[in-house]
Order: sequence, then structure tokens, then C-alpha cells
Amino acid sequence: MTAMTMIEAIRDAHLVAMERDPKVVVFGEDVGYFGGVFRCTHGLQERFGDHRCFDTPISEAGIVGAAVGMAAYGLRPCVEIQFADYMYPAYDQIVSEAARLRHRSAGDFTSPLVIRMPTGGGIYGGQTHSQSPEALFTHVAGLKTVVVSNPYDAKGLLIAAIEDDDPVIFLEPKRVYNGPFDGHHDKPIVPWSKHPLGEVPDGHYTIEIGKARVHREGTDLTVLAYGTLVHVAQAAAEEQGIDAEIIDLRTLVPLDVDAIVHSVQKTGRCLVVHEATRTSGFGAELSAIVQERCLFHLEAPIIRVCGWDTPYPHAHEWSYFPGPERVGNAMQELMKP
Amino acid sequence: MTRDNDKTATPLRLQIPHPARGQHPPDQVRFISRAGEMPKPALDEKVERIALMRKQLVRVLDDDGQAVGPWVPDITTEEKLQGLRNMMLVRSFDARLLRAHRQGKISFYMQSLGEEAIACAQQRALRPGDMHFPTYRQSGLLISAGYPLVTMMNQVLSNELDPLHGRQLPVLYSAKSHGFFSISGNLATQYIQAVGWAMASALSGGTEIASAWIGEGATAESDFHAALVFASTYQAPVILNIVNNHWAISTPEDFARGASATFADRGYGFSIPALRVDGNDYLAVYAASQWAAERARTNLGPTLIEWITLRVGAHSTSDDPSVYRPPNEAESFPLGDPVERLRQHLEFIGEWDEDRHQTLQSEIDTQVAEAFAEAESHGSVKTGDVGSARTMFDDVYAELPRHLLEQRDMLGDSA
Repeated sequence: MTAMTMIEAIRDAHLVAMERDPKVVVFGEDVGYFGGVFRCTHGLQERFGDHRCFDTPISEAGIVGAAVGMAAYGLRPCVEIQFADYMYPAYDQIVSEAARLRHRSAGDFTSPLVIRMPTGGGIYGGQTHSQSPEALFTHVAGLKTVVVSNPYDAKGLLIAAIEDDDPVIFLEPKRVYNGPFDGHHDKPIVPWSKHPLGEVPDGHYTIEIGKARVHREGTDLTVLAYGTLVHVAQAAAEEQGIDAEIIDLRTLVPLDVDAIVHSVQKTGRCLVVHEATRTSGFGAELSAIVQERCLFHLEAPIIRVCGWDTPYPHAHEWSYFPGPERVGNAMQELMKP
Repeated sequence: MTRDNDKTATPLRLQIPHPARGQHPPDQVRFISRAGEMPKPALDEKVERIALMRKQLVRVLDDDGQAVGPWVPDITTEEKLQGLRNMMLVRSFDARLLRAHRQGKISFYMQSLGEEAIACAQQRALRPGDMHFPTYRQSGLLISAGYPLVTMMNQVLSNELDPLHGRQLPVLYSAKSHGFFSISGNLATQYIQAVGWAMASALSGGTEIASAWIGEGATAESDFHAALVFASTYQAPVILNIVNNHWAISTPEDFARGASATFADRGYGFSIPALRVDGNDYLAVYAASQWAAERARTNLGPTLIEWITLRVGAHSTSDDPSVYRPPNEAESFPLGDPVERLRQHLEFIGEWDEDRHQTLQSEIDTQVAEAFAEAESHGSVKTGDVGSARTMFDDVYAELPRHLLEQRDMLGDSA
């Protein structure tokens, strides 16, 4: 075990995967020589050479399109989109190509690739460095979508994603790269070295794609969360004195429906939280699944706490971000008799 | 919208191209060189010198059917006869399937009429193991590779034996075993994928090269430009084909090309050697493809080729070209018909005659008719013999996830 930040854990996952399989290649903008603007690929080019890890032109369609071709050849590309906000030029390659190649060719060609991208706000990134577009991927048949919240999961899930035979969208909320950020932006962040989930096993291990994790056991209500909001929900529960059960979904597609149903049937109350915009967000899907499968266990209407349906503002990002106060208020609302 | 702040300024005017359409006689095809006129550069010739050829045309067959000049490919008569046969097979196949559409037996079709030489000759000039990333008008690649006609027809019919299980529109084939990448239906996406595939071959120390295909209209898509940047930057072993058949549905080439340029001009800005080649000249296609493939195989990087041809038929069975195409366009097309030109050459060298041609034609027509009868015996999307709808849930993922299992159950067993 080694104490790692999420950045170090992601880098370590690359190291392990590239060491084990010479077919794994890593590329993207500033990914090679420099090691990525967030340093997640630092040292990989030096270690494995520039045929395994290299820089690309600024062309997201080119990065993903080339990755689809490489995967069809038989390699396992793991590419970085510098910010999730930059993925739109690659969206056609993701949706029409990577996601559907296996199906449209009846398994003649496949595209086992990983597309990593940092998501979420809270770094004064404004509208173009803050988005959480997970619902644009979960809506697409053929993609798997993973959102990580901590170093331990990040390493195990990234290795699993690289070894997976389907295209995996791997979302990294940048606000938890360096610690379990709980939404209290005015307080110093706790480093991962002081958090149990910052303890990362050495070498190879995987976490199954499609399995949720109970982040905190509780009996009052269930919080369905992923990414940064897992830690925000924990802070909110502790501050409100509410015994919340917090489910870290980890994978949105395929979704661990059993974990959700088990928890909501136990607590009878459900709060859905995410940083992405509310309308048609993944929370809508979660709310629908809960009412389909747990309606007669519910003692209160499901509540969603999300980003507002506006672009992510630069100066007002903490009014946009669904922080512990908004999440806490929703918990109190849910607990009203 | 008028603003008064500068009354002396010239009002700006937007130019909309107005190429010949409708009842106007067709525009002249530009930059036609004489057969044999163009030099054949060394494989490692400087891109600046090759760029001098981008407003000319590589041609081998002259008006008499004689093969002339430095681009004459070193191939046997046997190989030329094979090329003739392959092109005639594509044409006969298309004719039969178009008839099937008129008979209401298939839902949709796209033919290659007039463009057969490009796919047929390039397939023969490359090697097994190489991978083509085609569009919907390169069925000649499959036919020249010896892919079973019945299997192609099963795909077009979407019947129970369709290898793609009725998931794709007719003619969007996939055949990895025959070097033919799955056709998307979205334009241009395959161009950068071909470059990626070629990069992977080079990264892995492979010996296979890729061939990217695109129509002139789709070169306006950003994926085309991404492909050229990546191909140039990494010197990928790839042939970048642009099939200029002059029409993007109803839109002439002028809209994708720019006022005075050629599509071969696109190569120079990326330092990619580019040729402009007579696409209806089987021998020129063979030679230029061989030249580009040899460059790729010897680590000299990508080659761009603009093939000049004409889409003689409609865009698809859903299209009515009579509304927008000038009359007698094919008859006045200066590069003629690819089948007739190779036939004329074979006659010129004394290896072919009318009798043998008619014999071959009827042999091919019989082969196609028998294949169609067999494919049709397995039903079609029109007769409802399409296999189980439950198969739509297969291959979405490598393994069926829970939500798809549940949805397949909702569809029911009878589907």
C-alpha cells in the first residue's frame, strides 16, 4: 500500500496496464513529453518510449478517431481529452463509431478503448473547463461510463477499463484529484494522504465495472452520488446529524441497480445528487429507476440536488456548485415527517 | 442591417458557387492531361516537386486504348483480364440489385456505375492483410477480393443469413477477413480511423498498410482534415483516396473544393505528396495505387490521390438526379467509361474481341443471377424473413449487461 493522490493513482494504473500489455498505448494533447496538464501521464513516455505514449495535435476528433482505428487493428488505446468540455469535436467518433462498431459489424470489428477526461468545476474554470457531461455518454448504447471519486477506485477502475473489451468513458472530477473535496471551498482541502481511500495497493488489481460501493452506511435516507458529490454528501450528513447511507455508484452504465434498490428499500428515502445540470441529467434516470422499483418503500418524494440549468459561471461557481448546504437542506426536507 | 458609420466602404458580397445544374450543359472537366504526359516521380521525390503535378492528370490509356508513358504498370494480361472481369461483375451485380429494388425486393441500394475501376484496381494493387476503410461506393473492393456474392446479397436483403443480422442499411458491408472495414454511413469518420489503423501497424512493427476512402464532397468534414494532420505528423503508412465523382447528392464538387483549387491541392499544405489521377483508367489506377502503397511500405509516409471519375447513376435509390443533373453528362464526360476503356486496351493488344466479351458478359450475368436466386431463397426484409429481433441486443457490448437482458425480456420471446 502506498498513499497516493488520485493523479498518482491514475498514473500508476497506466504504468501497471502498460507494463502488463504491450498493446496499451497512451496519447492526447500534452500527454507525452509533458505528462498531461494534470500530470496523470507523467513519466510514461520516459519509461515506455514515444511509441507507447505520445503527444497529439489539438484535434479531439483526430485523437478519438485514430484511437478507434488503432483499437480495430488490435491495440488498446487509452486516450486523454484534456478537459471533458473539449470532447464535443470527438462526439461523432464516440457516439457513431466507438460505441456502435461492434454492433454494426456484428463483432467483425471492435473498439476496446478508454477515453479519460477531467470533469467538474470548482477551479475557476468558467463554462469551458467545468462541465460534467456524463449524461451525454450514458444516453449512448454501447458505451460504458465510469466516474471516480477516490484514488483507490481510480486505479482499480482504470485498469479494469483498459482491460475491458468495450469502449469506456472514464470521468475524473478534477476537484478530487488532490483530496476528498467536500464542497467547503473556503477551507483547506484534506489531502488524500490523510484519507483511507488514498491508500492504494501496489501492482495490479481491478474493480469490477458495474459495481457500486457503499461509501457510508446509514438508516435515515439513501444518497445516490458519484464523483465529488460523494464527499459533499458525507459532509452534509455529518453537519446535519443525519444517518445517511451514501452509495458511490462508480459506474453509471452498466448501473448497479441491486445496490440502489437494496439501500432505498432499507431507508425509504432517496436523495439524488450530481454536479451536472438538472434537466435530463443522470439523476432523472436514477429517480425513475427508484420509483419503478421502490415506490412502495418510499416515505417521501425523491429529491434531486444538481447543478443549475445554466452554463457553469466563472465568478459564481460556488453558487452553481451543489455544496453541502444545499445537499444538507435537501436531507432535512426529506426527513420531514 | 445597414450601418451608416462608413458610407465610403465597399459593401461586402458573398459568393455562392453556380456550377452547371439542371438543363445547362455540364461544366468542362478541368486540367485534363494527355495519356503518358505526366512523369512518374521517384518514391522519395520532394513534395514540392510532386506538387507541380496537382493540377494535371496521370493517365496511361490513350484514345486508341494504347498504354503509354512512365506510369504503365508492369502487370500481366491475365491480371488485366481479371480487372475487366471484376469491373463487369460489379456492374452486373449493381444492375441486378437495382432491378431487385424496382421489384420491391430490397429497401435501398447504392450503385458504383462509372466508378468501378478505382476500387477494383486498387484492391488488386494492394496485398492481403492491408485494410481498406471504404465508403458506400467501393463494393469493387469486396468483389475483387473474392468475397462471396451471395453473402453480399444476403446483407442487402437483410435476410436470415445477413452476416450483420439486419442491423445495417444495404451495402454498408463489413468484412475484416477481406480487408474491408465496417462502413459507417456517417461520412468521413473512417478517414481518420484509417490513419489510426496505419499508425497502429507502424507502432506495432507490422507490415500492413491502410487505405482511406472518401468522396470529394465529404472532404469538407473536419475528420478529413484531422486525418491529414495525423497522417502527415506521424508519417502514417496510409493511402488517402479522394474519389471525385463530381456530385455530392445534388451538390457539385465546387462547394467542397473552393474556387480554383483541385482536391489534390489539399495535400501540399500538409506536406503530403498528392496525385491527380484518371479514375476511369484501370491501368493508371493500378499504377498510382502501387506507387502510393510502395511509398507507405518503405516508410515514406502517406500519399493523397484524387481520382477523377463520374457518378453516372443516382446517388441512391432514394434520389432523383433528373432534377439537378445536366443532360448527357456521362456521354460528354471526357474520361469515358472504365469498362469500355480497359476492353479497348485489351483489344488493342490483341488479347480480346467482341465474341469473348459477349461470352464473359453472359457468364457473369448468369453468375450474378444464380447468386441472387440463392440469396433470395433465404428471404428478405420485405418478406419478413429477417431472423429474430432479439439479436438486436447482441453485440451492443461484449457481454449482455443486465439492463439489456431486462429489455430483451420486455421485447418477448416471439420477436
